[in-house]
Formats: sequence, C-alpha cells, structure tokens
Amino acid sequence: MQVRFESVHKTYRRRDGTEVPALAGVDLAVASSEFVSLVGPSGCGKSTLLLIAAGLLPPTSGRVVFEGDAGGRPRTAVVFQEFALFPWRTVLDNVAFGLEVRGVGRAERLERAAALVRQVGLSGFESRYPHELSGGMRQRVGIARALCVDPAVLLMDEPLSALDAQTRQLLQEDILRLWETTRKTVLYVTHNIQEAVFLSDRVVVMSRRPGRVREVLSVPFPRPRTEALLADPEFGRFCHRIWSSLKEEARAALEETHGDGSPA
Amino acid sequence: MATEARRDVVVLEARAERAEGGWRPAVRAASLAGVVVAWELATRLGGIPAVFLPPPTAVAAELLGMATGGELWRSLQASLVRIVLGFLLGTGAGVVVGTVAAVSPLAEAVVDPLIAATYPIPKIALLPLLVLWLGIGEASKVAVIAIGAFFPVAVGTMAGIRGTDPQLVRAAVSLGASPFQVVTKVRLPASLPVMFAGFRLAAGMSLLLVVSAEMIAAATGIGFTILHAGDLMQTSKLLAAIVVLSALGVLSTWGLQALERKVVRGRPH
Ligand SMILES: Nc1ncnc2c1ncn2[C@@H]1O[C@H](COP(=O)(O)OP(=O)(O)O)[C@@H](O)[C@H]1O
Ligand SMILES: [Mg+2]
Repeated sequence: MQVRFESVHKTYRRRDGTEVPALAGVDLAVASSEFVSLVGPSGCGKSTLLLIAAGLLPPTSGRVVFEGDAGGRPRTAVVFQEFALFPWRTVLDNVAFGLEVRGVGRAERLERAAALVRQVGLSGFESRYPHELSGGMRQRVGIARALCVDPAVLLMDEPLSALDAQTRQLLQEDILRLWETTRKTVLYVTHNIQEAVFLSDRVVVMSRRPGRVREVLSVPFPRPRTEALLADPEFGRFCHRIWSSLKEEARAALEETHGDGSPA
Repeated sequence: MATEARRDVVVLEARAERAEGGWRPAVRAASLAGVVVAWELATRLGGIPAVFLPPPTAVAAELLGMATGGELWRSLQASLVRIVLGFLLGTGAGVVVGTVAAVSPLAEAVVDPLIAATYPIPKIALLPLLVLWLGIGEASKVAVIAIGAFFPVAVGTMAGIRGTDPQLVRAAVSLGASPFQVVTKVRLPASLPVMFAGFRLAAGMSLLLVVSAEMIAAATGIGFTILHAGDLMQTSKLLAAIVVLSALGVLSTWGLQALERKVVRGRPH
C-alpha cells in the first residue's frame, strides 16, 4: 500500500493559547513495500507526522492518502520508542491485543500471536510480563504486537532509541530480516543516520521545526544487506553526506530552541 | 641499597551473605509482646485500678466469655453486615461514578463540583439526616458507610483513569480499540493500583463510621457494645471490643492486600 502526504501542516495549540507550528507543508510519497526513514533534528515534527499517518492526530491542513489494496487489513500499526506495552498483560496477550479488540476469537488470536512471538525470537517468554523482560525483548514484543494485526503500513517512531548500542545493533538486523520476509510498507523515524541508511530504500531529511522535507536520498546499497555493509567506506561516505545536510538544521534548531520551552 | 617500595595489598574475598533483616519478624513480635507484658505488669504491680485499665489477661478472659456466651458473635454480625453492605454499595458506586466522570467531560463538569463540595463533610454529620430520611433501622447506617466509602474510591478511580499513560491509550487506539475498549481494556486495568488505594481508605472509613453510627443510633454492634460497656464501667469489655475492632482493621487490610495481589498483575509487588 502506498502512502502520500500532501502538504501536511500541523500547528499545536498550547493550553495558554500560543501556537506551535510543528509541520509546515510536508509532501512525501512512500511506495508500496518501500522502507523509508525520516531523519531530522529533534523537535522537527517526526513523531507528529507519524501520529498523523496513524490517524491518532488530525492534520491542521493537508491530507494523507492511502492507496492500494488493503484487503480488509488495518491501514497502520505503530511501534513506539517507549514500547508502550500493557504492563498487566503477558507477552502473548500484548501481542494479541489488536486482534482481541477487533473481535478475533480467542483460539485464533492466540495462535497468530504465538506465531509472531516466535518470529521475533521470543519463544518461551509468552507468559512473562513486560517488567520481567529486557528493553530489547520489550521492543520485540512491541514489533510483534504491531505486526500481529497485519497492517498495510508499519509506522515506527524511534523504535531503538531507548536501547543500548549493542541491543540496538542486534534489533536493527532483526528488523531488516523481518522486513525482507514481510515486505511491508514502512515509515521509520530515527535520529541515527547509520540505522536509517542500513535499513532503508530512501532516507528523508527533514528541516528543523516547523518540519518540511529538506532532501530525499535513495540508498544505493543492494539488498539483501548484511552487517558487513556497516564497515564499507562507501557506506560511511553516504552517511556523511546525509549528516552534512542534517548538520545545518540541527545546529540552527539547537540555537533556536534555547529558552522557548521546546525539548532541546 | 635499593629501598623496596611499600606495597599495599587489599583482597576482597567471598563471604557468606547473611539474610538481610532476618531479625525483623522477631523484633516486630517482641514489640507487641513487650507492650502487653508491660501493661500486665503495670496493672498487676503498679496498683492501677482495674476500672481504669484492666490487665490484658482480664481483657482476654472477657473476650473469651463474650465469644462463648454468643454476645461477641451477635454484635460482630450486626456490625459486619453494615460494613460489608455499605462498603460494597459505596465502592461500587465510586468505581462507576469515578469512571464515568473521568471519561465524559459533561459528567465531569456535573460531578466534580459536587464531590469537591461534599467530600470535606465529616460523613458522620449526615447520620441524623439519613435517619430522618431512612429511619433508625439498618438503612441509615448502611447509607452513611456507603457515603464514606464512596468518596475515596470515586476520587481514586477518577485520578487513575485520567492519569493513564497517554502512550498506552495511543497504542490501544492505533491497534483498533474503540473508545469503550480503551476504558475497559486500558484505563481501568491501568487504574487498579490507585483504585486499591481508594479501597483501603474506604475500608478504614467504613470501620470508623460503623462504630460512630452504632454509638449514636443502634442497639447492636461493636460500637454499641463499646458505648454500653463504658456507661456501665465494664472496662475489660470495652477493651475487648476495641481489640475486636483492631482485628477487623488488620483483617480487612490483609484481605484487600491478598485481593490486590491476585488482581493487579504484571507489576513487581
Ligand atoms: N501536544 C503538543 N502540544 C504542543 N506542542 C507539541 C505537542 N506535541 C509536540 N509539540 C511540539 O511540536 C514539535 C514537534 O514535536 P515532535 O513531533 O514530537 O518532534 P520529533 O518527534 O521530531 O522530535 C516540538 O517542538 C514539540 O515541542
Ligand atoms: Mg519524536
């Protein structure tokens, strides 16, 4: 399924009445089965864009168009940076949540959830509670929970940012494998350029707040990709090219956010 | 001659770890026993007249007599029926009203000022009014307990439901949960710990109110027994009834804790 953002604007209104422009006209098309990453200075509206795509937040103006054969599947599912697992539910019941609220029968939903738990490498942990798991395992549950509803588009908001570097590296490869088998349309937010390049077909660089698309780069490295790519000098050069584009925005954003209450 | 440099060597070795705080249960038991023994000695040797403070052994004997004579069970039953009915009615209404008020802005606007205005009223002050409305029988006593149990639960439920992690709500909505499912499958389970804090307060409130109500307007119950024994200067009976109240308080706390452990899952206890 294809996703098209058409001139999407979002202005938040604070409680005191002041307006915070977060997105100022985002135009972007993500092709069916394409993996696209968004990078940009923090506070530039990446999460906002994802929430809008997920239907959790209405845009102030502009629209998001989904086109293609959904085949009765839900349009989107979200993987959150802070996992957002239900602490009172076991791993299996967390993964099955989306099917449960859609009225899928108990036997069927648990069977499908168990298959996904296996797919993300958590066999044996089905009846554990989230607080008994490491961060990396929790995010695997988060990914399985999103995939369990078989969404047409997967939205991931910095899914690895809360993890330590080694765990992040491992999950990055797992996400790559999962994507290669499922070929979902993915919109992936990260602040890690290497991660974006390693995973994506295209990388979108956003401007500082209010966010716009600054530049879109096609990643030239063939698939299937392996860890070896990370050591390739070409890979490093490509990442650096993105960083040069991002750096100006990030520096300007850092100077602007001083004192206006926005997160630095 | 080369002087040898002084060398310090520190070795940290394994050692058997003693269970931390293993002495605690013993000290806790001794603390209670110590007070009882001191009390016994003070009354036996200190010449305190039994009408002011009878020794614990006399209180225990009195309690035994009340139990075998059936008086204990009669007043306990009268009080328990009032407590349980009032607690269930009040907490049940508290959960429902708290949930609705937290979910619907209109209900919140209606309920919030009413709760703010009535919560501070000492509930026992309402008893004469309730007697006027419901008569001197059981209904007025159950009602005053229900009102007392209602507030902490309503307020706790409201706070829990409003304070639910918005990320969890977002996750549920993104997975297809309806507004009703967000309440039943996310907000209510997320609020259980806060609701249990409300239940504990409600249990304490029920005990306080049953005793007060029975002192004011009853011919049965633990509260009545205490007041009556006081009038007749039956101090050991008075104290025996107070011991029963203490046991009721401890038991209700334990019961709620056990229930909470069963119901509140997925969090370290
Ligand atoms: N609910 C909100 N109310 C007001 N301002 C908000 C709200 N959510 C986000 N913002 C602001 O909008 C901007 C974009 O936020 P966000 O999309 O979270 O950025 P990013 O994910 O790129 O870091 C930030 O400046 C943030 O402070
Ligand atoms: Mg963000």
